[in-house]
Amino acid sequence: MQDIVVERGGRPVIDGLSFTVSAGEALTVKGPNGAGKTTLMRAIAGFIAPTTGSISLNVADSGNADDPTVAERAHVIGHLNGVKATLTVEENLAFARAFLATDRRSIGSGHTGAKRADAPRSTLTDPVYIALDRLGLGALAAIPAGLLSAGQKRRLCLARLLVTYRPLWLLDEPTVSLDIASTKLVADLIDEHVANGGLAMIVTHVPLGLSSTRELVIGQPIETPQVAP
Amino acid sequence: MMGPLVAIIGRDIKLAIRDGAGLGTALGFYMLVVTMLPLGLGPDMKLLSRIAPGMLWIALLLAALLSMSRLFEADQDDGSIELLATGTLPLEVIVAAKAFAHWVTTALPLAVATPVLGLLLNLDLQANGPLLLTMLAGTPAISFLGAIGAALTLKARRGGLLIALLVLPLYIPTLIFGISAISAVLLDTGAFAPSILILSAISLISIVLAPIAAAAALRAQLG
Repeated sequence: MQDIVVERGGRPVIDGLSFTVSAGEALTVKGPNGAGKTTLMRAIAGFIAPTTGSISLNVADSGNADDPTVAERAHVIGHLNGVKATLTVEENLAFARAFLATDRRSIGSGHTGAKRADAPRSTLTDPVYIALDRLGLGALAAIPAGLLSAGQKRRLCLARLLVTYRPLWLLDEPTVSLDIASTKLVADLIDEHVANGGLAMIVTHVPLGLSSTRELVIGQPIETPQVAP
Repeated sequence: MMGPLVAIIGRDIKLAIRDGAGLGTALGFYMLVVTMLPLGLGPDMKLLSRIAPGMLWIALLLAALLSMSRLFEADQDDGSIELLATGTLPLEVIVAAKAFAHWVTTALPLAVATPVLGLLLNLDLQANGPLLLTMLAGTPAISFLGAIGAALTLKARRGGLLIALLVLPLYIPTLIFGISAISAVLLDTGAFAPSILILSAISLISIVLAPIAAAAALRAQLG
Protein backbone atom coordinates (compact mmCIF):
# COMPACT_ATOMS: atom_id res chain seq x y z
CA MET A 1 0.00 0.00 0.00
CA GLN A 2 1.89 3.01 -1.27
CA ASP A 3 1.00 6.62 -0.65
CA ILE A 4 -2.62 6.33 -1.41
CA VAL A 5 -4.93 9.28 -1.65
CA VAL A 6 -8.62 8.57 -1.90
CA GLU A 7 -11.07 11.32 -2.63
CA ARG A 8 -14.78 11.36 -1.96
CA GLY A 9 -16.75 14.21 -3.39
CA GLY A 10 -13.58 16.03 -4.41
CA ARG A 11 -12.23 16.05 -0.86
CA PRO A 12 -9.33 13.82 0.11
CA VAL A 13 -10.54 11.47 2.82
CA ILE A 14 -7.36 9.45 2.94
CA ASP A 15 -4.26 11.48 2.23
CA GLY A 16 -0.89 9.89 1.71
CA LEU A 17 -1.38 6.73 3.69
CA SER A 18 1.22 3.98 3.32
CA PHE A 19 1.38 0.69 5.12
CA THR A 20 2.14 -2.96 4.65
CA VAL A 21 0.41 -5.98 6.05
CA SER A 22 2.25 -9.27 5.76
CA ALA A 23 0.95 -12.80 5.55
CA GLY A 24 -0.22 -14.13 8.87
CA GLU A 25 -1.07 -10.72 10.17
CA ALA A 26 -4.25 -9.07 11.32
CA LEU A 27 -4.51 -5.31 11.12
CA THR A 28 -7.14 -3.53 13.14
CA VAL A 29 -8.15 -0.19 11.67
CA LYS A 30 -9.41 2.34 14.16
CA GLY A 31 -10.41 5.95 14.02
CA PRO A 32 -13.28 8.28 14.75
CA ASN A 33 -16.47 8.29 12.68
CA GLY A 34 -15.83 9.77 9.28
CA ALA A 35 -12.09 9.20 9.42
CA GLY A 36 -12.17 7.16 6.22
CA LYS A 37 -12.03 3.59 7.52
CA THR A 38 -14.75 2.30 5.23
CA THR A 39 -13.34 4.35 2.36
CA LEU A 40 -9.97 2.69 2.94
CA MET A 41 -11.54 -0.77 2.88
CA ARG A 42 -13.49 -0.04 -0.27
CA ALA A 43 -10.40 1.35 -1.95
CA ILE A 44 -8.48 -1.84 -1.14
CA ALA A 45 -11.35 -3.93 -2.47
CA GLY A 46 -11.16 -1.93 -5.67
CA PHE A 47 -14.63 -0.39 -5.41
CA ILE A 48 -13.15 3.12 -5.33
CA ALA A 49 -10.12 3.94 -7.43
CA PRO A 50 -7.48 5.83 -5.42
CA THR A 51 -6.60 9.22 -6.89
CA THR A 52 -2.90 8.48 -6.53
CA GLY A 53 -0.84 5.67 -5.07
CA SER A 54 -1.08 1.96 -5.52
CA ILE A 55 -2.52 -0.98 -3.69
CA SER A 56 -1.01 -4.34 -4.39
CA LEU A 57 -1.16 -7.82 -3.02
CA ASN A 58 2.26 -9.34 -3.15
CA VAL A 59 1.74 -12.91 -4.29
CA ALA A 60 3.45 -15.08 -6.85
CA ASP A 61 1.69 -13.96 -10.00
CA SER A 62 2.35 -15.15 -13.49
CA GLY A 63 2.35 -11.52 -14.59
CA ASN A 64 -0.46 -12.14 -17.04
CA ALA A 65 -3.46 -9.89 -17.31
CA ASP A 66 -5.33 -13.03 -16.31
CA ASP A 67 -4.12 -12.87 -12.70
CA PRO A 68 -6.84 -12.44 -10.10
CA THR A 69 -7.33 -8.89 -8.88
CA VAL A 70 -7.17 -7.91 -5.22
CA ALA A 71 -10.98 -8.06 -5.11
CA GLU A 72 -10.91 -11.61 -6.45
CA ARG A 73 -8.56 -12.62 -3.66
CA ALA A 74 -10.57 -10.95 -0.95
CA HIS A 75 -13.66 -11.55 1.11
CA VAL A 76 -15.33 -8.19 1.61
CA ILE A 77 -17.80 -7.88 4.46
CA GLY A 78 -19.33 -4.43 4.43
CA HIS A 79 -21.95 -2.73 6.56
CA LEU A 80 -24.75 -4.51 4.75
CA ASN A 81 -25.09 -8.26 4.93
CA GLY A 82 -25.86 -9.13 1.33
CA VAL A 83 -28.43 -11.66 2.54
CA LYS A 84 -31.52 -12.31 0.42
CA ALA A 85 -34.65 -12.43 2.56
CA THR A 86 -36.59 -14.80 0.32
CA LEU A 87 -33.83 -17.38 0.01
CA THR A 88 -33.27 -19.86 2.80
CA VAL A 89 -30.20 -19.63 4.99
CA GLU A 90 -28.64 -22.56 3.16
CA GLU A 91 -29.47 -21.19 -0.30
CA ASN A 92 -27.91 -17.86 0.57
CA LEU A 93 -24.66 -19.45 1.59
CA ALA A 94 -24.67 -22.00 -1.23
CA PHE A 95 -24.99 -19.13 -3.68
CA ALA A 96 -22.08 -17.26 -2.09
CA ARG A 97 -20.00 -20.44 -2.30
CA ALA A 98 -20.86 -21.17 -5.93
CA PHE A 99 -20.49 -17.55 -6.98
CA LEU A 100 -17.21 -16.86 -5.22
CA ALA A 101 -15.71 -20.20 -6.18
CA THR A 102 -12.49 -19.92 -8.09
CA ASP A 103 -10.92 -22.50 -10.30
CA ARG A 104 -7.62 -20.68 -10.47
CA ARG A 105 -4.75 -22.31 -8.64
CA SER A 106 -2.76 -19.16 -8.03
CA ILE A 107 -5.21 -17.57 -5.68
CA GLY A 108 -2.65 -17.17 -2.91
CA SER A 109 -0.87 -18.94 -0.10
CA GLY A 110 -2.47 -21.07 2.56
CA HIS A 111 -4.75 -22.90 0.15
CA THR A 112 -6.58 -25.03 2.65
CA GLY A 113 -10.31 -25.47 2.59
CA ALA A 114 -11.23 -24.74 -1.02
CA LYS A 115 -12.89 -27.72 -2.59
CA ARG A 116 -14.64 -27.75 -5.88
CA ALA A 117 -18.20 -26.48 -5.87
CA ASP A 118 -19.47 -29.64 -7.53
CA ALA A 119 -18.03 -32.02 -4.94
CA PRO A 120 -20.52 -34.59 -3.65
CA ARG A 121 -22.86 -33.07 -1.12
CA SER A 122 -23.87 -34.39 2.22
CA THR A 123 -24.62 -32.46 5.33
CA LEU A 124 -21.49 -33.77 7.02
CA THR A 125 -18.96 -32.89 4.36
CA ASP A 126 -20.69 -30.01 2.62
CA PRO A 127 -18.69 -26.86 3.43
CA VAL A 128 -21.92 -24.89 3.47
CA TYR A 129 -23.24 -26.92 6.40
CA ILE A 130 -19.88 -26.99 8.11
CA ALA A 131 -19.77 -23.20 7.97
CA LEU A 132 -23.36 -22.89 9.17
CA ASP A 133 -22.68 -25.20 12.11
CA ARG A 134 -19.57 -23.27 13.00
CA LEU A 135 -21.59 -20.06 13.21
CA GLY A 136 -24.43 -21.72 15.07
CA LEU A 137 -26.93 -21.54 12.22
CA GLY A 138 -27.05 -25.25 11.37
CA ALA A 139 -30.53 -25.73 12.79
CA LEU A 140 -31.85 -22.75 10.82
CA ALA A 141 -30.57 -23.90 7.41
CA ALA A 142 -34.00 -24.41 5.87
CA ILE A 143 -35.78 -21.25 6.96
CA PRO A 144 -35.95 -18.08 4.86
CA ALA A 145 -33.17 -15.69 5.80
CA GLY A 146 -35.69 -12.86 6.13
CA LEU A 147 -36.92 -14.43 9.37
CA LEU A 148 -33.52 -14.28 11.04
CA SER A 149 -32.65 -11.71 13.69
CA ALA A 150 -30.13 -8.98 12.89
CA GLY A 151 -27.34 -10.86 14.66
CA GLN A 152 -28.18 -14.12 12.91
CA LYS A 153 -28.14 -12.38 9.53
CA ARG A 154 -24.73 -10.97 10.37
CA ARG A 155 -23.50 -14.46 11.24
CA LEU A 156 -24.89 -15.79 7.96
CA CYS A 157 -23.01 -13.04 6.17
CA LEU A 158 -19.81 -13.95 8.02
CA ALA A 159 -20.27 -17.63 7.15
CA ARG A 160 -19.25 -16.56 3.64
CA LEU A 161 -15.69 -16.30 4.93
CA LEU A 162 -15.58 -20.04 5.48
CA VAL A 163 -17.15 -21.45 2.32
CA THR A 164 -14.44 -20.40 -0.08
CA TYR A 165 -10.84 -19.72 0.71
CA ARG A 166 -9.59 -16.22 0.03
CA PRO A 167 -6.31 -15.00 1.49
CA LEU A 168 -7.42 -11.44 2.23
CA TRP A 169 -10.28 -10.69 4.58
CA LEU A 170 -11.60 -7.12 4.58
CA LEU A 171 -14.07 -6.87 7.42
CA ASP A 172 -15.89 -3.61 8.05
CA GLU A 173 -17.26 -3.71 11.58
CA PRO A 174 -17.91 -7.45 11.45
CA THR A 175 -19.32 -7.64 14.95
CA VAL A 176 -22.17 -5.16 14.55
CA SER A 177 -25.29 -6.58 16.26
CA LEU A 178 -23.45 -9.72 17.40
CA ASP A 179 -23.65 -10.97 20.98
CA ILE A 180 -20.57 -11.52 23.15
CA ALA A 181 -20.20 -15.21 22.32
CA SER A 182 -20.47 -14.55 18.59
CA THR A 183 -17.99 -11.71 18.81
CA LYS A 184 -15.57 -14.13 20.43
CA LEU A 185 -16.28 -16.59 17.61
CA VAL A 186 -15.45 -13.97 14.99
CA ALA A 187 -12.17 -13.26 16.76
CA ASP A 188 -11.43 -17.01 16.73
CA LEU A 189 -12.15 -17.22 13.01
CA ILE A 190 -9.83 -14.30 12.29
CA ASP A 191 -7.13 -15.85 14.49
CA GLU A 192 -7.40 -19.16 12.62
CA HIS A 193 -7.33 -17.46 9.24
CA VAL A 194 -4.25 -15.49 10.19
CA ALA A 195 -2.57 -18.53 11.71
CA ASN A 196 -3.01 -20.28 8.35
CA GLY A 197 -1.08 -17.53 6.63
CA GLY A 198 -4.03 -15.35 5.69
CA LEU A 199 -4.33 -11.61 5.87
CA ALA A 200 -7.06 -9.76 7.65
CA MET A 201 -7.96 -6.10 7.95
CA ILE A 202 -10.69 -5.36 10.41
CA VAL A 203 -12.42 -2.05 11.01
CA THR A 204 -13.81 -2.18 14.49
CA HIS A 205 -14.74 0.03 17.39
CA VAL A 206 -14.86 -2.73 19.97
CA PRO A 207 -11.78 -4.65 21.11
CA LEU A 208 -12.03 -8.11 19.55
CA GLY A 209 -9.41 -9.79 21.70
CA LEU A 210 -7.41 -11.13 18.78
CA SER A 211 -4.37 -13.11 19.80
CA SER A 212 -2.07 -10.90 17.79
CA THR A 213 -2.90 -7.73 16.01
CA ARG A 214 -1.40 -4.49 14.85
CA GLU A 215 -3.35 -1.30 15.01
CA LEU A 216 -3.72 1.36 12.38
CA VAL A 217 -5.26 4.57 13.61
CA ILE A 218 -6.44 6.87 10.86
CA GLY A 219 -7.82 10.35 11.02
CA GLN A 220 -7.03 12.96 13.68
CA PRO A 221 -4.41 14.06 12.75
CA ILE A 222 -4.79 12.99 9.17
CA GLU A 223 -1.19 13.92 8.25
CA THR A 224 0.50 11.38 10.48
CA PRO A 225 -1.16 8.01 10.51
CA GLN A 226 0.46 5.97 13.24
CA VAL A 227 1.17 2.32 12.83
CA ALA A 228 1.80 0.85 16.22
CA PRO A 229 3.94 -2.27 16.18
CA MET B 1 -16.60 -19.36 -15.15
CA MET B 2 -19.68 -21.53 -15.76
CA GLY B 3 -20.26 -22.31 -12.08
CA PRO B 4 -20.65 -18.71 -10.90
CA LEU B 5 -22.60 -17.82 -14.04
CA VAL B 6 -25.14 -20.59 -13.48
CA ALA B 7 -25.25 -19.66 -9.79
CA ILE B 8 -26.22 -16.04 -10.40
CA ILE B 9 -28.76 -16.78 -13.13
CA GLY B 10 -30.29 -19.46 -10.93
CA ARG B 11 -30.37 -17.15 -7.94
CA ASP B 12 -32.05 -14.31 -9.82
CA ILE B 13 -34.68 -16.59 -11.34
CA LYS B 14 -35.34 -18.14 -7.94
CA LEU B 15 -35.64 -14.70 -6.33
CA ALA B 16 -38.04 -13.52 -9.02
CA ILE B 17 -40.24 -16.58 -8.57
CA ARG B 18 -40.22 -16.45 -4.75
CA ASP B 19 -40.84 -12.74 -4.70
CA GLY B 20 -43.42 -12.74 -7.47
CA ALA B 21 -44.04 -9.01 -7.19
CA GLY B 22 -42.07 -8.08 -10.30
CA LEU B 23 -43.81 -10.44 -12.67
CA GLY B 24 -47.19 -10.02 -10.97
CA THR B 25 -47.09 -6.25 -11.33
CA ALA B 26 -45.86 -6.40 -14.92
CA LEU B 27 -48.47 -8.96 -16.00
CA GLY B 28 -51.25 -7.13 -14.16
CA PHE B 29 -50.26 -3.82 -15.72
CA TYR B 30 -50.10 -5.36 -19.18
CA MET B 31 -53.55 -6.92 -18.82
CA LEU B 32 -55.14 -3.79 -17.41
CA VAL B 33 -53.79 -1.50 -20.11
CA VAL B 34 -54.96 -3.86 -22.83
CA THR B 35 -58.35 -4.29 -21.14
CA MET B 36 -58.87 -0.53 -20.90
CA LEU B 37 -58.16 0.13 -24.57
CA PRO B 38 -61.49 -1.20 -25.93
CA LEU B 39 -63.28 0.69 -23.16
CA GLY B 40 -61.59 3.91 -24.13
CA LEU B 41 -61.80 3.53 -27.87
CA GLY B 42 -65.30 2.12 -28.16
CA PRO B 43 -66.46 -1.13 -29.71
CA ASP B 44 -65.16 -0.45 -33.20
CA MET B 45 -63.90 -3.95 -34.06
CA LYS B 46 -62.11 -2.88 -37.24
CA LEU B 47 -60.25 -0.07 -35.49
CA LEU B 48 -59.21 -2.34 -32.61
CA SER B 49 -58.06 -5.01 -34.97
CA ARG B 50 -55.94 -2.52 -36.88
CA ILE B 51 -54.21 -0.99 -33.86
CA ALA B 52 -53.93 -4.24 -31.86
CA PRO B 53 -50.29 -5.16 -32.71
CA GLY B 54 -49.01 -1.68 -31.93
CA MET B 55 -50.98 -1.40 -28.72
CA LEU B 56 -49.82 -4.82 -27.53
CA TRP B 57 -46.20 -3.93 -28.26
CA ILE B 58 -46.38 -0.58 -26.46
CA ALA B 59 -48.17 -2.07 -23.46
CA LEU B 60 -45.58 -4.84 -23.27
CA LEU B 61 -42.68 -2.35 -23.38
CA LEU B 62 -44.17 -0.30 -20.57
CA ALA B 63 -45.01 -3.36 -18.49
CA ALA B 64 -41.49 -4.76 -18.83
CA LEU B 65 -40.05 -1.37 -17.83
CA LEU B 66 -42.01 -1.42 -14.56
CA SER B 67 -39.84 -4.11 -13.00
CA MET B 68 -36.61 -2.85 -14.52
CA SER B 69 -35.73 -0.47 -11.70
CA ARG B 70 -35.31 -3.36 -9.25
CA LEU B 71 -32.73 -5.10 -11.43
CA PHE B 72 -29.72 -3.77 -9.52
CA GLU B 73 -31.45 -1.78 -6.80
CA ALA B 74 -32.33 -4.86 -4.76
CA ASP B 75 -28.69 -5.95 -4.70
CA GLN B 76 -27.58 -2.42 -3.88
CA ASP B 77 -30.03 -2.14 -0.98
CA ASP B 78 -29.05 -5.34 0.79
CA GLY B 79 -25.31 -5.18 0.08
CA SER B 80 -25.26 -8.14 -2.29
CA ILE B 81 -23.59 -5.94 -4.86
CA GLU B 82 -20.35 -6.09 -2.84
CA LEU B 83 -20.52 -9.86 -2.94
CA LEU B 84 -21.11 -9.73 -6.69
CA ALA B 85 -18.24 -7.29 -7.19
CA THR B 86 -15.74 -9.61 -5.48
CA GLY B 87 -16.59 -12.62 -7.60
CA THR B 88 -14.37 -13.85 -10.39
CA LEU B 89 -16.93 -12.93 -13.04
CA PRO B 90 -16.44 -9.61 -14.81
CA LEU B 91 -19.18 -7.11 -14.02
CA GLU B 92 -20.23 -7.18 -17.68
CA VAL B 93 -21.03 -10.88 -17.42
CA ILE B 94 -22.90 -10.34 -14.16
CA VAL B 95 -25.02 -7.65 -15.83
CA ALA B 96 -25.71 -9.94 -18.77
CA ALA B 97 -26.68 -12.78 -16.42
CA LYS B 98 -29.07 -10.55 -14.49
CA ALA B 99 -30.60 -9.13 -17.67
CA PHE B 100 -31.04 -12.66 -18.98
CA ALA B 101 -32.78 -13.69 -15.75
CA HIS B 102 -35.03 -10.64 -16.10
CA TRP B 103 -35.89 -11.68 -19.63
CA VAL B 104 -36.76 -15.21 -18.54
CA THR B 105 -38.86 -14.15 -15.57
CA THR B 106 -40.57 -11.02 -16.93
CA ALA B 107 -40.31 -10.34 -20.65
CA LEU B 108 -40.86 -13.95 -21.69
CA PRO B 109 -44.08 -14.47 -19.66
CA LEU B 110 -45.39 -11.14 -20.99
CA ALA B 111 -44.72 -12.24 -24.57
CA VAL B 112 -46.39 -15.59 -23.95
CA ALA B 113 -49.49 -13.88 -22.51
CA THR B 114 -49.86 -11.74 -25.63
CA PRO B 115 -52.05 -14.08 -27.76
CA VAL B 116 -54.62 -14.20 -24.96
CA LEU B 117 -54.71 -10.42 -24.68
CA GLY B 118 -54.87 -10.19 -28.46
CA LEU B 119 -58.39 -11.63 -28.24
CA LEU B 120 -59.50 -8.55 -26.30
CA LEU B 121 -58.35 -6.33 -29.16
CA ASN B 122 -59.87 -8.47 -31.91
CA LEU B 123 -56.40 -9.27 -33.19
CA ASP B 124 -56.52 -11.25 -36.41
CA LEU B 125 -55.94 -14.87 -35.32
CA GLN B 126 -53.45 -15.52 -38.10
CA ALA B 127 -51.32 -12.67 -36.70
CA ASN B 128 -50.91 -14.45 -33.36
CA GLY B 129 -48.04 -16.68 -34.42
CA PRO B 130 -45.98 -13.93 -36.08
CA LEU B 131 -46.70 -11.51 -33.23
CA LEU B 132 -45.44 -14.01 -30.68
CA LEU B 133 -42.39 -14.62 -32.86
CA THR B 134 -41.58 -10.91 -33.12
CA MET B 135 -41.95 -10.56 -29.36
CA LEU B 136 -39.65 -13.49 -28.68
CA ALA B 137 -37.10 -11.98 -31.05
CA GLY B 138 -37.52 -8.43 -29.76
CA THR B 139 -37.89 -8.78 -25.97
CA PRO B 140 -34.22 -9.59 -25.21
CA ALA B 141 -33.45 -6.03 -26.33
CA ILE B 142 -35.98 -4.77 -23.76
CA SER B 143 -34.27 -6.54 -20.86
CA PHE B 144 -30.72 -5.77 -21.93
CA LEU B 145 -31.26 -2.11 -22.89
CA GLY B 146 -33.29 -1.67 -19.73
CA ALA B 147 -30.26 -2.81 -17.75
CA ILE B 148 -28.43 0.32 -18.91
CA GLY B 149 -31.18 2.49 -17.47
CA ALA B 150 -31.32 0.47 -14.27
CA ALA B 151 -27.55 0.80 -13.81
CA LEU B 152 -27.50 4.53 -14.52
CA THR B 153 -30.28 5.27 -12.04
CA LEU B 154 -29.01 2.90 -9.35
CA LYS B 155 -28.48 5.56 -6.72
CA ALA B 156 -31.21 7.94 -7.88
CA ARG B 157 -34.23 8.17 -5.62
CA ARG B 158 -37.40 7.37 -7.55
CA GLY B 159 -35.31 6.08 -10.40
CA GLY B 160 -38.24 4.27 -11.98
CA LEU B 161 -39.53 7.19 -14.01
CA LEU B 162 -36.03 8.27 -14.92
CA ILE B 163 -35.40 4.81 -16.37
CA ALA B 164 -38.44 5.23 -18.61
CA LEU B 165 -37.10 8.54 -19.91
CA LEU B 166 -33.67 7.12 -20.54
CA VAL B 167 -34.63 3.80 -22.01
CA LEU B 168 -37.85 4.28 -23.94
CA PRO B 169 -36.08 6.13 -26.78
CA LEU B 170 -33.75 3.15 -27.08
CA TYR B 171 -36.78 0.89 -27.53
CA ILE B 172 -37.99 2.75 -30.62
CA PRO B 173 -36.11 0.61 -33.19
CA THR B 174 -37.46 -2.56 -31.55
CA LEU B 175 -40.97 -1.14 -31.70
CA ILE B 176 -40.70 -0.02 -35.32
CA PHE B 177 -39.46 -3.34 -36.64
CA GLY B 178 -41.76 -5.32 -34.37
CA ILE B 179 -44.78 -3.52 -35.84
CA SER B 180 -43.49 -3.61 -39.41
CA ALA B 181 -43.09 -7.40 -39.17
CA ILE B 182 -46.71 -7.78 -38.04
CA SER B 183 -48.01 -5.35 -40.64
CA ALA B 184 -46.21 -7.36 -43.29
CA VAL B 185 -48.19 -10.43 -42.24
CA LEU B 186 -51.55 -8.64 -41.98
CA LEU B 187 -51.17 -6.77 -45.28
CA ASP B 188 -49.36 -9.69 -46.91
CA THR B 189 -46.53 -7.56 -48.28
CA GLY B 190 -43.95 -10.31 -47.88
CA ALA B 191 -41.64 -8.09 -45.81
CA PHE B 192 -41.91 -10.25 -42.69
CA ALA B 193 -38.50 -11.89 -42.97
CA PRO B 194 -36.42 -8.71 -43.32
CA SER B 195 -38.20 -7.07 -40.40
CA ILE B 196 -37.79 -9.97 -38.02
CA LEU B 197 -34.16 -10.37 -39.02
CA ILE B 198 -33.47 -6.73 -38.19
CA LEU B 199 -35.41 -7.19 -34.94
CA SER B 200 -33.21 -10.15 -34.05
CA ALA B 201 -30.12 -8.15 -34.97
CA ILE B 202 -31.18 -5.33 -32.62
CA SER B 203 -31.59 -7.87 -29.82
CA LEU B 204 -28.22 -9.47 -30.51
CA ILE B 205 -26.45 -6.10 -30.59
CA SER B 206 -28.13 -5.15 -27.31
CA ILE B 207 -27.07 -8.42 -25.70
CA VAL B 208 -23.45 -7.70 -26.58
CA LEU B 209 -23.20 -3.94 -26.05
CA ALA B 210 -25.68 -3.13 -23.28
CA PRO B 211 -23.85 -5.11 -20.54
CA ILE B 212 -20.67 -3.16 -21.29
CA ALA B 213 -22.46 0.16 -20.90
CA ALA B 214 -24.38 -0.96 -17.80
CA ALA B 215 -21.25 -2.37 -16.15
CA ALA B 216 -19.43 0.93 -16.70
CA ALA B 217 -22.33 2.77 -15.07
CA LEU B 218 -22.32 0.34 -12.13
CA ARG B 219 -18.57 0.66 -11.63
CA ALA B 220 -18.86 4.43 -11.45
CA GLN B 221 -21.42 4.10 -8.67
CA LEU B 222 -19.83 1.33 -6.66
CA GLY B 223 -17.56 3.68 -4.71
